[in-house]
Amino acid sequence: MHELSIAQAIADVAERHAKGRRVVKIEVRVGHLRQVVPESLSFAFALLTPGTALDGCELQITHVPAVGCCRACGARSVLEDFPLRCGRCEGLDLDLIAGEELLVDALELEEEPTTGERVHRGSHV
Amino acid sequence: MHRIKVRVVEDALDANNTIARANREDFDRAGVTVINLMSAPGAGKTALLERALADLGDVRVAVLEGDVEGSLDAERLASLHVPVVQLNTSAGFGGECHLDANMVRSALSALPLAGIDLLIIENVGNLVCPAEFRVGEDVRAMVCSVAEGEDKPLKYPLMFRACELAVVNKIDLIEHTDVDLDRLLANLQTVHPGIEHLICSARTGEGVDALRDWLIDKVAAAREGAGTRAGAGTVTPA
Repeated sequence: MHELSIAQAIADVAERHAKGRRVVKIEVRVGHLRQVVPESLSFAFALLTPGTALDGCELQITHVPAVGCCRACGARSVLEDFPLRCGRCEGLDLDLIAGEELLVDALELEEEPTTGERVHRGSHV
Repeated sequence: MHRIKVRVVEDALDANNTIARANREDFDRAGVTVINLMSAPGAGKTALLERALADLGDVRVAVLEGDVEGSLDAERLASLHVPVVQLNTSAGFGGECHLDANMVRSALSALPLAGIDLLIIENVGNLVCPAEFRVGEDVRAMVCSVAEGEDKPLKYPLMFRACELAVVNKIDLIEHTDVDLDRLLANLQTVHPGIEHLICSARTGEGVDALRDWLIDKVAAAREGAGTRAGAGTVTPA
């Protein structure tokens, strides 16, 4: 259920950066440990955006695996389930390197061409 | 029209975190320790506060009561004669299932920050969304009742990982459930190694002294911290 709140937060970030331009695509990176269900996030996003500047915008969600570095043996492991544990020595004392992100990575925007481009294109019509 | 790609690389919750930092600076300036108390609906947050806040010694406390609708909890706590401010997420905040930093900010002017040492923010009952939104608190704590079952840490790890204290409430009911307390505590440690816990019953009062001591300790620790970081210009949420 937190996907609705997260979808709204993503939409807010995109609208702020778009500054009135139409947003065609939003690329987000979501860490494994955020427990976001991609289908639910897409569904929530589709509910929120009709009638806004993001109407028809594609939401591209990239899942980022959780990675921990063991403080005991130094090994790096991909962490799937709890308890989060080192794949080499099974230690529980880990520095999380990845897996907690909730990032708006990039936006694809539709822009009016600059004046020069408009003249150039106009000459071909 | 042509398309351009813009790199953003911004935490989706940055806007909330910025406001949370502003709240935190206001709390620090006023010397107020802030606890963000979370749980599923009906875990017993208000009942525990009714017990624990009744006798906090010289610690002056206020409560910011977050609910989707109504002021039932605020009315219960007002009988303790502590300042209580009700924040309804249905009033202008779209009926949100959690408090966020901006909602808390909107209530700051109603709180007597200059006259208190401790602010308890009783979040909206929900084991999911409140864990995502910092509100400017020093400490996040949660209540899980034995009636919810021993598997909840495994099902809602985001919340259990966000909190430094889990209060296991309704221990008086455990004999009427199939819950194995040891397994519940083991599950807590599985998702959050080192998390503190207290075993309580808001109904019988068992364990409430320990919760009261924990609150008083948090205020004392913040006072000590304020002494050592006097003059610090920026404060970030922990």
